[in-house]
Amino acid sequence: MLANDFTIPLLLLIPLISGVLALMIRADIPRRILLLSAASIHFLLTLTSHNAPPAFGGWVVVDALGCIFLLISSTLFLVACIFGIGYLAREKKDEQRVHVDFESNSLFENGPESLLTGCLLFFLTAMTLVCVSNHLGMIWVAIEATTLATAPLIYFHRHRKSLEATWKYLLICSIGIALALFGNFLLTVSTTTVHNQELPLLLDQLIKSAPFFQPMWLKAAFIFLLVGYGTKMGLAPLHTWLPDAHSEAPSFVSALLSGALLNCAFLGILRAQQILIAAGLADFGRELLIGFGLLSMGLAATFILKQMDFKRMLAYSSVEHMGILALGVGLGGSAVFGSLFHAVNHSFAKGMLFMAAGNILTVMHSKSTIKIRGLLHIMPVTSVLWLAGFFAITGSPPFGSFLSEFTILKAALEQGHIIIAIFYALVLSVIFIVMAMIVLRMSFGLPRNTDPIDVHESWSMIAPPLFLGLVTLMLGVYMPPILERLLHEAALQLGGTL
Amino acid sequence: MIDLIFVLLILTGFVFLGSGRLQFSIRTLAVQGILLGLIPLWGSWEGLWVRMLSITTLSLLIKGFVLPYYLTRAMHKSKVMHEDHPFVGFTTSMVVGIVCLGVSFWLASRLPTLGGTQPQMAVAVSFFNVFVGLFVIMSRRKALTQVLGYLLLENGAYIFGVAFAIEVPLLVELGVLLDVFVAVFVMGIVIFHISKSFDHIDTDQLSSLVG
Repeated sequence: MLANDFTIPLLLLIPLISGVLALMIRADIPRRILLLSAASIHFLLTLTSHNAPPAFGGWVVVDALGCIFLLISSTLFLVACIFGIGYLAREKKDEQRVHVDFESNSLFENGPESLLTGCLLFFLTAMTLVCVSNHLGMIWVAIEATTLATAPLIYFHRHRKSLEATWKYLLICSIGIALALFGNFLLTVSTTTVHNQELPLLLDQLIKSAPFFQPMWLKAAFIFLLVGYGTKMGLAPLHTWLPDAHSEAPSFVSALLSGALLNCAFLGILRAQQILIAAGLADFGRELLIGFGLLSMGLAATFILKQMDFKRMLAYSSVEHMGILALGVGLGGSAVFGSLFHAVNHSFAKGMLFMAAGNILTVMHSKSTIKIRGLLHIMPVTSVLWLAGFFAITGSPPFGSFLSEFTILKAALEQGHIIIAIFYALVLSVIFIVMAMIVLRMSFGLPRNTDPIDVHESWSMIAPPLFLGLVTLMLGVYMPPILERLLHEAALQLGGTL
Repeated sequence: MIDLIFVLLILTGFVFLGSGRLQFSIRTLAVQGILLGLIPLWGSWEGLWVRMLSITTLSLLIKGFVLPYYLTRAMHKSKVMHEDHPFVGFTTSMVVGIVCLGVSFWLASRLPTLGGTQPQMAVAVSFFNVFVGLFVIMSRRKALTQVLGYLLLENGAYIFGVAFAIEVPLLVELGVLLDVFVAVFVMGIVIFHISKSFDHIDTDQLSSLVG
């Protein structure tokens, strides 16, 4: 492979330095070029990063598990940036500084674009650090940093509702993260039974000596880590920040939050689970993951049922899918592979949907699932993407999510968890039906007289979601051997079977 | 002597629960920050004096002085001096505090001791501050008080770390401090924006996003 000693340091430094520069560049065009080039270089480096030599004294490595999440984050970031730049250019072209909030009819301004760009790049840095960290303390620092970097992104449209969303996001996630810090300390205490060596919380060393840890303390540590990072990941019942933040942020930011940020927190939980597995306490962690997973799925279904806002609908769908991920890892066996594969599918499909939702919002000036009708007449391409995204996210063949969701269901049945399997299938069908009603009603029918006609859909609105859609479609019919190998290797790390 | 510090850390938690004046609450937190900074002095630090001294000084400075100063400024800017009508009154809060204390000691006694000289008291004090922090966030109305609650929670976790003299590399320690610092900083900015566009910082009125 092309990976060398500089791969990981560059992965971290390029977005970090570009982020600092972006804060200082005042002209829009050079700043956008900087964002795009940083994202592209990061993406290319990511492609070559698997098994890159550890750097900074073994503190950062790219193992299979980290590599999958790094790939998801980097790809989605690049695509979202292309979409985002088109979006920013359109917002600026209006020549007016003040925008109208469609729902309350109040006026608002956008935040400075340099701050947005800088924070986007810091967000990428922090996400990369989460994925490559081999040190539990550093993972904590990086996950908290993602919260701080994304808060200004959610408050880009400076109106009251986004402010409210930002506040809830900051406070709830900070509480979660503080609990995870407590979990980290508890974990360290559990290691004090191993006297003969220094244990600086390096993950690979922890895994090696895990059988000698104090089990009670380790269990307590896992609970705090699960609840703490679970808050950030959007697992019920601490998901309450998620629908607000996702619905109020600009759409390409929502795509990143849902497809990349939630995954990073999930990775934090997976690292803790790796230690539990090594300590022989895998079942303890798995039961908890199943419980939280089922709860999130059930709760998401009930909230989608009465949803009138299509961005919030997508947000609750993220809660549902995070539940599926937790459930898959909890079930173990071949479901672990399914769960990791589903993380890939969900990220791309959800990214596609949020971008399509952004296009709809820009043209229709409404987030209502009831007022919008006849999108196929108004904006045909976006509407087709919106429909395709719906099929991709609900696990319909031939999309990749069908395979991954089916793998999890099959594993549940094979293991004899009949009740879990029935519940899982039931929730998926309910959500399929409810979302179908909403999405079909929005797409078909006749538009109202007041609706805009002959909307020009530029390539920057269409190409990014189309690309993501094609990727999930491809994953449903053809799995690239490299990805398959990565997924298998990562599944083994988490105690799964092939 | 170290027990005295732990007792003081419990008392500051109760003082916090019983007071509605924000300035006073911020000062209580500052005292707690200083107490926290002192705990490592009782650890065993053979040959690690430089490290211990640098971390102690830094955490003392940030938790004892910088953050309280910044929070006081945020308080003046948002022109809110008092937690007027908390969801749970101050007397009831004290009772809840006592319950928290009992639960904390019970939990601490349940966890197995790990030989050596780990102060069992530290576990209880740490749990207590985490619980009180969570309770304050849930039971108070003003955004600023909720930030203070978050700091209390953070301190609770931190007590645990320092009391066990947990071997955390300097870099991580600095990262943790920096994150907490930036978190409070960003929250302060958001509070300022809230007070500007809503004319108050009552979080129960931030309720347009539901369902």
